[in-house]
Amino acid sequence: MQTGLEVRGLSKNFGGLVVSEDISFDLPSGARKALIGPNGAGKSTFANLVTGILRPSSGTIRFDGSDIGHLDEAARVRLGIAKTFQVTTLFRRLTVRENLRLGIIERERRGFGLFRRADRDAAQEAEIDGLLSDFEMTDLADVPVENLAYGQQRLVELALTLSLKPRVLLLDEPAAGVPSSEVHLISDAIARLPEDLAVLIIEHDMDLVFRVATSIVVLVQGRILVEGTPAEVAADARVRELYLGGGHG
Amino acid sequence: MRDHLVPIVMGLVAVGLFFAFPYDLAFLTRVLVTIVLVLSVDLVLGYAGIPTLGQAAMFGTGAYAAGLFAIHVWGDPLAGLVVGAVAGAAIALVSGLVLMRTRGLTVIMLTIAVAAILHEIANRARDLTGGADGLRGIRMQPVLGLWEFDFIGRTGYWYALVVVIVVYVGLSILTRSSFGLGLRGIHDSPERMRAIGAPVYWRLVTAYTIGGGIAGIAGALNAQITQLVSLEGFAFSLSAEALIMLILGGTGRLVGAVIGVALFMTVHHFAAANDPFNWLFVIGAMVLVVVFFLPQGIISLPGILLRHLRGGRDADRA
Repeated sequence: MQTGLEVRGLSKNFGGLVVSEDISFDLPSGARKALIGPNGAGKSTFANLVTGILRPSSGTIRFDGSDIGHLDEAARVRLGIAKTFQVTTLFRRLTVRENLRLGIIERERRGFGLFRRADRDAAQEAEIDGLLSDFEMTDLADVPVENLAYGQQRLVELALTLSLKPRVLLLDEPAAGVPSSEVHLISDAIARLPEDLAVLIIEHDMDLVFRVATSIVVLVQGRILVEGTPAEVAADARVRELYLGGGHG
Repeated sequence: MRDHLVPIVMGLVAVGLFFAFPYDLAFLTRVLVTIVLVLSVDLVLGYAGIPTLGQAAMFGTGAYAAGLFAIHVWGDPLAGLVVGAVAGAAIALVSGLVLMRTRGLTVIMLTIAVAAILHEIANRARDLTGGADGLRGIRMQPVLGLWEFDFIGRTGYWYALVVVIVVYVGLSILTRSSFGLGLRGIHDSPERMRAIGAPVYWRLVTAYTIGGGIAGIAGALNAQITQLVSLEGFAFSLSAEALIMLILGGTGRLVGAVIGVALFMTVHHFAAANDPFNWLFVIGAMVLVVVFFLPQGIISLPGILLRHLRGGRDADRA
């Protein structure tokens, strides 16, 4: 039995519009893959199919060998498939600490606890402190997220997602909207991710992709154009044409 | 200690009011009952972010259930409260299973529709509910077998006060729990809540059901103390006024519900007594002022004043 994600023949169409076509793809534990492609290539659609926000028109998605196609988004998260959003999506009026607290509560399935105070759990608070210091945000613990700079919010989202202790992590353009002077914070955080975590990063920032990915998948018009090591992909004539213009632009 | 400050202060104020206004107990009791109803709206709307204009559906259901229970089964007040709570929760659960699948304006319209349907059912079922004449003949036994409901309303007042405090303490435990934090999370971002693995729909159904149970308690309390249940319990105006009171006080904080009800009903009481024709003008003006200048409600006022004072001092120093 293979551990990790296994996608076979995945297709999605909205009416006559085909946005994903026959995608087959593996993301074993410990993988560091990047998904790149021009705008409208269907990268986000693919991420939404894997996380369960969208249902595929055909094809299968397996996780640790069992079919998860029928599960909704929250159920897939509980299995360990977590994602960060392209546009930062957080509990804006809650503090950084409260955001992380919610992540841990949901991971431990304590979300229906009606009586016990949410902040009276020593192990949980210690874990939050650990996450805060990993991301060098200890000073910001009690600041509402909406008062943070965008780059900081990006890090909070990554910390929140890691508080779920996922086994598969989808990062949808983690550097989007982050000032270039702060992108290193994101790539450092990605470099520190647990080794056995399977990571798929969807990104436009090629520097970031080449720094973190050991394997790159190029998606064009809903189909996989090529998959290979960064060196192979960089040498591929079709990819070079795609990214260097090839006279079409 | 700080957690229990509000119910303690509330209790002390209520004791003071009892002795200061011994002839206004009926009005003061109505304030207490309304606080319970508005607290339920605060849980549903202020914490969970479910837009509702139909909390009267559960209030009216609780009132009729408690009234019928007292007439046909048993006149014990506490048992009647339980019946009212269960009836309100049941209506909220059944309607919530549908309502919580929708969002925004659709939810508002459906909450109004549920209350309107129940209003019409109560109106038609004359044999059971008394229709437009109201449900009469409710006779309550003494509270805990000790305190008879009296003509002046002393027992009713203390009884309502204890219920308010119990509901308040219960809700403050609930809103500080993991579940309560999760409701604030859903209010901020259902998408993010799903993305951390939370079953958002079932959380909302649960919150709506608990809120319905509390509204049912308010209705039962009203039925027992006034010994009358009327169609007014299902009225749209009741839901709407509850919402206005909550917005006046401030949503998302339990104390906001208490302050909003006290302010609204006091102004209403005196304005209507002074000018029976134009009192609505006063209420309207008050709502406008608060919504424009204190969008977070009256409870945000101390914080704003404090910041102005501090800001002023900082400016002096500079």
